[in-house]
Amino acid sequence: MCGLRPLPPKARPFAARAARPQSMNMVQQPNAMIEFREVSYRLEDGRPLLCDLNLQVRRGETMVLLGRSGSGKTTTLKLINRLLEPTEGQVLVDGCATTDADPIRLRRRIGYVMQEVGLFPNLTVERNVGLVPSLQGWSAERVRARLQEMLALVGLEPEHFASRYPRELSGGQRQRVGVARALAADPPLLLMDEPFGALDPLTRAEIQHEFQSLKQRLQKTIVFVTHDLREALMLATRVAFLEGGRLVGVYTPEEFRQVSNPVVAAYFKAFETGSLP
Amino acid sequence: MSILQFFWKNQAQVYELTLEHLWLVGISMLLAVSIGLPLGILLTRRPAFRKGILGISTVVQTIPSLALFGFLLASPWLGERADRIAITALTLYALLPIIQNTYAGIMGVDHNVREAARAMGMTDFQLLSQVELPLAMGVILAGVRVATVITVGVAAIAAAVGAGGLGEFIFRGLAMVDNRVILAGAIPAALMALLADLLLGLLERRFRYA
Repeated sequence: MCGLRPLPPKARPFAARAARPQSMNMVQQPNAMIEFREVSYRLEDGRPLLCDLNLQVRRGETMVLLGRSGSGKTTTLKLINRLLEPTEGQVLVDGCATTDADPIRLRRRIGYVMQEVGLFPNLTVERNVGLVPSLQGWSAERVRARLQEMLALVGLEPEHFASRYPRELSGGQRQRVGVARALAADPPLLLMDEPFGALDPLTRAEIQHEFQSLKQRLQKTIVFVTHDLREALMLATRVAFLEGGRLVGVYTPEEFRQVSNPVVAAYFKAFETGSLP
Repeated sequence: MSILQFFWKNQAQVYELTLEHLWLVGISMLLAVSIGLPLGILLTRRPAFRKGILGISTVVQTIPSLALFGFLLASPWLGERADRIAITALTLYALLPIIQNTYAGIMGVDHNVREAARAMGMTDFQLLSQVELPLAMGVILAGVRVATVITVGVAAIAAAVGAGGLGEFIFRGLAMVDNRVILAGAIPAALMALLADLLLGLLERRFRYA
């Protein structure tokens, strides 16, 4: 469909851009879980972090946002759960603009994992993982059953880890708990911001492989931010490549290897050989 | 007559004035915490008030205690009873460290933890009560500890307006030029400050994470 490969917005004539939101209303894909419509985000001082983003994430796919630091990946992610609000345009989750939704209810349906994990240091693993279900009023029994299930899912034995505090865990274990916490309330959508970026290469590879099989079992819609090319190609259904706050293009991993765009080519080269073009 | 003999002879009065002192400090701290904690939280939510509130409480801190007691003596309802004056003044002195530490403690919470909490769909109240306050509690208690020690000291001046407490011995001893009488007030007050410092310090240690 037309949304598959949006041109860089710069290249589009102004008239076409202005006409777009209306026409997109009519062609909205029924399987689009998230849709960015002409979204821009600027800081209060006017500095743009994201310009004219048009992007659709389909239900059940893993969309990897790839790009160098400062390209707008994390900004894009935070616009989805309304940690940030668009300066212009709309972000639709399940067909509903995030700015019209109650942010609390919106966020409870979206799991969020980040590089620094952000586990609550004053709570045990059990309470960390059970927090969102508890906030949603699940019974204590159901929360406990869910905890067992989630910890087993991410490869941590519940009897060993449930009563530990975050400071008593290794980096890899913390990241697993972070994933378990994000999945605990069974959200249909998962946002991940360089979740494995702070781990050593071996632990990272382990968790990446586990995560790959995990996501096939779970069938969630996932938006995954990374600057690691190998990770992107391994996990992605599609890759959205960003540069300087603009979307360069959306590609399947196979397509992405063939892309002739100079920025993408430079990224490939730098990643594989460590050299500048 | 040694100091110990003096204590022994006047033990009933030492006991009574110590209790009075404790009462002044206790009520003042209770008031200071119940005013200072909400104010400190308010500052984290409305940064615009920060300069004003911290400014006022800093100015109060710089007024010499004797002057503040005298100043309150002239005020309408407060001036009618000595204990009202004393408690008002002590509460005002205790406010600054409590407000400041509440603010600093909450602002010092790791922003990743705060962002995770927001992303998980916590309301502002849940964020405050389940994340920020528990994590800031160590710093807040440090403020309460400092405030308590200050208050035990300043409460000795309360005797100047007739509010009682261990200051009675101190002022009497000064007038009589008798060190034993001064020490009969000073030693229990010092012990009280040390004990409060120790106990609150132990409590504070229970809130260390990371």
